[in-house]
Amino acid sequence: MSTTRASARPRRGGGIRRGEARAGYLFIAPAVIIAAVFLLIPIALAFWVSLSDWNGFQSPLNPRVNFVGADNYAAITTEDGLAQRNFGRAVRNNLYYVLLVVPLQTALSLFLAVQVNRAVLKGRGFFRTAFYFPSVTSSVAIVIVFQFLFLGTGAVNQVLRAFGAQGPNWLNDSRGVLHIVYGAFGADTAPSALADGGALGISWWEWLAGPSVAMTVLIILAIFTTSGTFMLLFLAALQNIGSEIDEAALMDGAKPLRKFFSITLPMLRPTLFTVLTLGLIGSWQVFDQIYVLGGGASILTPAYLSYETSFNEFRWGQGAAIAFILFVFIIVLTLLQRWILRERSPKKRGFAQRAAARNLSEGGIR
Amino acid sequence: MSATTPEVPSAPKQPRTVPAKPLKRRKRIGAKARSSMLLGYLILIGLALIYIYPFLISISGSLKTDAEATQDALGLIPQTITFAAYERLFTREPFALWAGNSMLVAVCVTIGRVLFDSMAGYALSRLRFRGRTVIFAAFIAVLSVPGVVLLIPRFLILSELGLYDTYGGMVIPLLSTAAGVFIMKQFFDSIPESIEEAAKIDGAGTFRRFWSVVLPMATPALVTIFILSFQGSWNELGHFIVARQSPELNTLTVGVAQLVSGQLGAGNQFPLQLAAAVLMSIPVVVLFFIFQRRIMNTTAGAEKG
Repeated sequence: MSTTRASARPRRGGGIRRGEARAGYLFIAPAVIIAAVFLLIPIALAFWVSLSDWNGFQSPLNPRVNFVGADNYAAITTEDGLAQRNFGRAVRNNLYYVLLVVPLQTALSLFLAVQVNRAVLKGRGFFRTAFYFPSVTSSVAIVIVFQFLFLGTGAVNQVLRAFGAQGPNWLNDSRGVLHIVYGAFGADTAPSALADGGALGISWWEWLAGPSVAMTVLIILAIFTTSGTFMLLFLAALQNIGSEIDEAALMDGAKPLRKFFSITLPMLRPTLFTVLTLGLIGSWQVFDQIYVLGGGASILTPAYLSYETSFNEFRWGQGAAIAFILFVFIIVLTLLQRWILRERSPKKRGFAQRAAARNLSEGGIR
Repeated sequence: MSATTPEVPSAPKQPRTVPAKPLKRRKRIGAKARSSMLLGYLILIGLALIYIYPFLISISGSLKTDAEATQDALGLIPQTITFAAYERLFTREPFALWAGNSMLVAVCVTIGRVLFDSMAGYALSRLRFRGRTVIFAAFIAVLSVPGVVLLIPRFLILSELGLYDTYGGMVIPLLSTAAGVFIMKQFFDSIPESIEEAAKIDGAGTFRRFWSVVLPMATPALVTIFILSFQGSWNELGHFIVARQSPELNTLTVGVAQLVSGQLGAGNQFPLQLAAAVLMSIPVVVLFFIFQRRIMNTTAGAEKG
């Protein structure tokens, strides 16, 4: 009897193979059933809800629920109204969040990784633990800690006062950071060119508000909690590069900064790309923090808006529609990532494995 | 910085054998390296302080009185140490119930994932059956479903199945993850198939071979699943928001989140909130320190693929 994979075929080999197939189905059944019942079918059900006028009463499959086509999608994207304005605000808030979080967390985690990778550094274990530690605990606990730190009389403002600066009342401050900056230059109200036009129900002036002061706290929180995880990804890549190349560069007399930008960074490109896309995907899914803080227009995100619209305001169709827009958007980002990675290494098997590894580490972050 | 530092350990040895002229040069590099290293340490220590200090003042804040916590948030040592916040969590808030629910859910989810993910991983890696490739591809697709868009779908299906607001509804959807199946499949791929041969010749059935031969060899991967599952389900918030509504089914994340955003959040009862945050972090922090070495390497292994 052959046991090598190449010669094994499903339908040959008599009883043992048949038994193996049966065992195979049995072994994979729990995972497949859970994925089907609690992932694929629910997504289909939610898609139906996003196309219906279901109001949360009885089952969404009961005959009195009507098909309304793309009405729900239209209500949040094209029709004037509160739903559209809320969606516009949520997208704007999250956009600024992504624009700040992704580059900053990537740069910081890369910096930390390079620092704790140094061979002669004493207490490397301590530093790695310290930087990774915020990733361990729950978002609820971290939000509590940050709420406490960023009180009007909190630790952060006390430190700022020591430097002679007056900190804002962080989480209760809904002013846009860029609006504050424009105000410093005397532009307190919107020029008519920016006040009249707009997109998704909010004016260009509002689009240009920047993140709210409250949102900047969540931006700092995100950088604080994810930089440790991404540091580990960079660290693994740095250790793969090894010290020989470092030594070679040293022999050639390369200065540290030069060496970093011309040798280390190019070799880290695949990891850099992974961290950037993982960050991009993750930071469009801000929900926990907003929920713990109780929502509010200045920190609204699409993920939270979808929840609030459905569960608190019972406009299930619109909530599901927001979720699907977000879903499609994130899937596009994911496919883009996989497509670019596939270009780099055409081996199919490697692609699947790396995709798995990447998503795994993403799961770890959440 | 890092390029010059390797010079340092060799510098003191050099003078005995090397003639005077190069010696001077070495010394200069050594001094420069030392000062840059000192700067590096200062930056790192400063950063580490920023990362750790918030947790330290959270612990000390939970031991302060309400007034002191609001007025002197920065101070590390409370003027009067009080355990009132902790006492209150256990006497006036159902903290123990929440902790019990969290533990129950986390233990069930962890056991389920370790078992189901390893079984599925084994099937995908070793057992030959029709549709295996399709199922494998389907799992890859499932991996990219973002968790946050599942909130509404999960609520809908749990209501349809009558599982809403039950322990079953809180646990069952989390019992298996595509990521876990992948980790296990890849690990089993790396174990040579010949390991099972002896057991096969002895006539051991598939389940027997899986349970007594292959699974014990997969301990490193199982530990990874164990850590990810426990930490993930203990810290999970979104699923428990949409899977239940009864206060008796509150987990720590949900209960504490309500404590913060509800009426208690309005006042200045920060010691209470901080005490809750400290207590709810203990299990995952303990887990982290037990498996610290492995966690630091696990993520590295996942990245290498």
